[in-house]
Amino acid sequence: METIKAFMSMVKDSLGYITHGSRTYHIWMIFLTVIMLIGMYCYSIQLDEGLSVTGMTDRVSWGLYISNFTFLVGVAAAAVMLVMPTYVLHDIDFKQAVLIGEGLAVAALIMCLAFVVADMGGPSVLWHMIPGIGVFNFPNSMLAWDVIVLNGYLFINISIPLYILFRHYQGKEAKASVYIPGSILSVLWAVGIHLVTAFLYEGLQARPFWNNALLGPRFLASAFAAGPALIILVLAAIRKFSEFRIEDKTIKKIAMIVTVAAQINLIMLISELFKEFYAPTHHSESAYYLFFGLEGKTALLPWIWTAIPLNILATVLLTFHKLRNNLNVLYFCCFILFVAIWIEKGFGLIVPGFIPGPYGKIAEYTPTWIEIWVTLGIWALGAFIFTMLAKTSIGIELGKLRYRKKEVLDSESV
Amino acid sequence: MAEKKKWFQLDLGLSKAQGSGSCGCGKDSGDCGSHSDHPDKEYRLTAEEFDAAVEKELMGETAVSQTQKDGFQQVFDVKMDRRTAFRKLTASLLVGAGAVHTSCSLTAGNETKEKAQIDWEEQFKGNYKLMTKEEKQATVDRLVRSYQLRKKKNIKMSSADASKDVLFGYAFNISKCQGYMNCVSACVEENNQDRNSQMQYIRIHEMKDGEGFKFNEADDNYYHEVPAEGHFYMGTQCFHCDNPPCVNVCPVEATWREEDGLVVIDYDWCIGCRYCMAACPYDGRRFNWSKPEVPEDEVNKNQHYLGNRMRKKGVMEKCTFCVQRSRAGKDPACVEACPTGARIFGNLLDPDSTIRWVLENKQVFRLKEDLGTEPKFWYFMD
Ligand code: SF4
Ligand code: SF4
Repeated sequence: METIKAFMSMVKDSLGYITHGSRTYHIWMIFLTVIMLIGMYCYSIQLDEGLSVTGMTDRVSWGLYISNFTFLVGVAAAAVMLVMPTYVLHDIDFKQAVLIGEGLAVAALIMCLAFVVADMGGPSVLWHMIPGIGVFNFPNSMLAWDVIVLNGYLFINISIPLYILFRHYQGKEAKASVYIPGSILSVLWAVGIHLVTAFLYEGLQARPFWNNALLGPRFLASAFAAGPALIILVLAAIRKFSEFRIEDKTIKKIAMIVTVAAQINLIMLISELFKEFYAPTHHSESAYYLFFGLEGKTALLPWIWTAIPLNILATVLLTFHKLRNNLNVLYFCCFILFVAIWIEKGFGLIVPGFIPGPYGKIAEYTPTWIEIWVTLGIWALGAFIFTMLAKTSIGIELGKLRYRKKEVLDSESV
Repeated sequence: MAEKKKWFQLDLGLSKAQGSGSCGCGKDSGDCGSHSDHPDKEYRLTAEEFDAAVEKELMGETAVSQTQKDGFQQVFDVKMDRRTAFRKLTASLLVGAGAVHTSCSLTAGNETKEKAQIDWEEQFKGNYKLMTKEEKQATVDRLVRSYQLRKKKNIKMSSADASKDVLFGYAFNISKCQGYMNCVSACVEENNQDRNSQMQYIRIHEMKDGEGFKFNEADDNYYHEVPAEGHFYMGTQCFHCDNPPCVNVCPVEATWREEDGLVVIDYDWCIGCRYCMAACPYDGRRFNWSKPEVPEDEVNKNQHYLGNRMRKKGVMEKCTFCVQRSRAGKDPACVEACPTGARIFGNLLDPDSTIRWVLENKQVFRLKEDLGTEPKFWYFMD
């Protein structure tokens, strides 16, 4: 009984807490809301007219939505890089970063699911996919696997931080025997969501660009670069805008992870490029299209030739300890690395899979404004959710939110 | 397949006992008309008889007895097990709310209520593949009635299952095809494809003589007089693979291989994820990016649930070897329309069929055999 009461009180307190804040905070949230509303309006047009309002066609049947979905699965999986050392190896440094990382994973997963729903032709019959009520093509369909692992991961990543925060809210220590098994599971699970998502593409013999054994490992490497890079940026922002203290040491340790992952990613990229261009076969045409264009069709060139130099530049800069330890350089590197991997793992991966088509037809894809706004809307949704989650957990961790402490709201006068 | 193979291989039944499906007319199984054991009797009714029967059945049971009750009763009187009940209560709130709203309104006429009732049941019905015979008939009846209520026109819809000892196959004679594209337009008319987006299941690729099969240099969208000098033509469509990758990937089993080898889609079960489209190596699938439109007087009213019935937006569709025709013992529309006789269709298990003759006497080949998809679509030359 007491627990339920405490929980209700926590929910109430956090609701109060997230609706109060500084001016910057309010402006930020209003800004996100406006973008979400525009996104929703565009989505309503898409619902009404059908997917024909997007740039997708029978020739290129997945586009911006699935690209973002793929990328965000990676971001979600990367939270694990912080979970592992903290909970399992008792590395105290990381403790504050972890709650943030898991909040990021939750936000990223919700965005993933939103992108999948946005991409569906019939969102009103999505219940066909719910196991038990609908028909679930398990274990044959990789998409069915993906639904299971993503939802399972979402569940794990909600429950662990919730447990810890709830204990702290009551002024108690979180019991290691409860959360450590959960953390280990989530570590394994994170690798799982990533591999399964890679298998989604890897398993298609129809698309040689994807049907490539390196796809899974490369997914992992790029995710472990892009995810922690985003976490570093977020931690930097949190340091700036709240009283939450994050040590330089923590950020530098995460930077180490980013660096190693970025280096491995680069090696794999080189190996892939070598295979495609040293002895080009019929199956290298997609790669040709991506990097050089085919028959004068060059829509992806500006994208990929932005991504590659940014990727190399970031990796090189990060490799030098001197540069990496300078926080401003580090933030810059993380930012360009994030952008580079977003292009590479999103657009640069999904679209060329369809070009040239099964019979060599080259039809290009350009997203429409509706698609772009729906995408921005979903990103705003993710940022919105993350801000709320982060604000609550920071409040609890700083002791501003405590069970039976009524003056919570008054102390937050900034 | 008796012995275990390491890879998948199309089983044509060449080693099986033959003859049970043959009819000795020396032609395609479908052509001779002596297949009286065909399961769908519907095709033998005349149109008037059929319409009268439909009218009687529907007016007698569905409409009269149910419109006496009020909307809620109508909706919840339907026998439900727990699963169905849960289904009805959870999903698709929007549609549901709309339906309840109309069926509760006092001013709405009986027809409106019936429409709402049909919409409601259609929205929450199960996967066709897993339906019993009665459930299949029920959904077909609902769809026919729904069309009648909306358009004041009667359609015929079959739910005929695959017959025993039938495996459909197709052969394409490259030397005969002249690129007239009669097949393409016949297909569009037969299968009620969206006219606005000019959806076509068949693509005819125009290739240069003497350069071999260079699909990437071929033109599959030409507008000039044919046959063009120095060119040859090759048609592609869904090949009804015996080991179809598109079926494996579908997360909700909305597409599957039927017993007679046809790969079909339940348009009402498809969620529109387009994973099957990415998995098809032959460009066989088409998606309804917006609501498909067919002018009322051009609608082909002789339909099959798995075939040419009207689709909605956001679902996948493709060639079904004209299931509404092939299961009624006729050739697909493209075969019938081809003026050169380049297209051959028939039962692969019937040793006397033309298709078997072609496979046994011509040098046939299939596209992308290395992928192990085992298409049931062969190419050959004279
Ligand atoms: S051709 Fe494509 S759509 Fe048709 S059965 Fe084969 S894989 Fe499926
Ligand atoms: S588009 Fe439809 S048929 Fe194709 S995989 Fe998705 S649900 Fe299945």
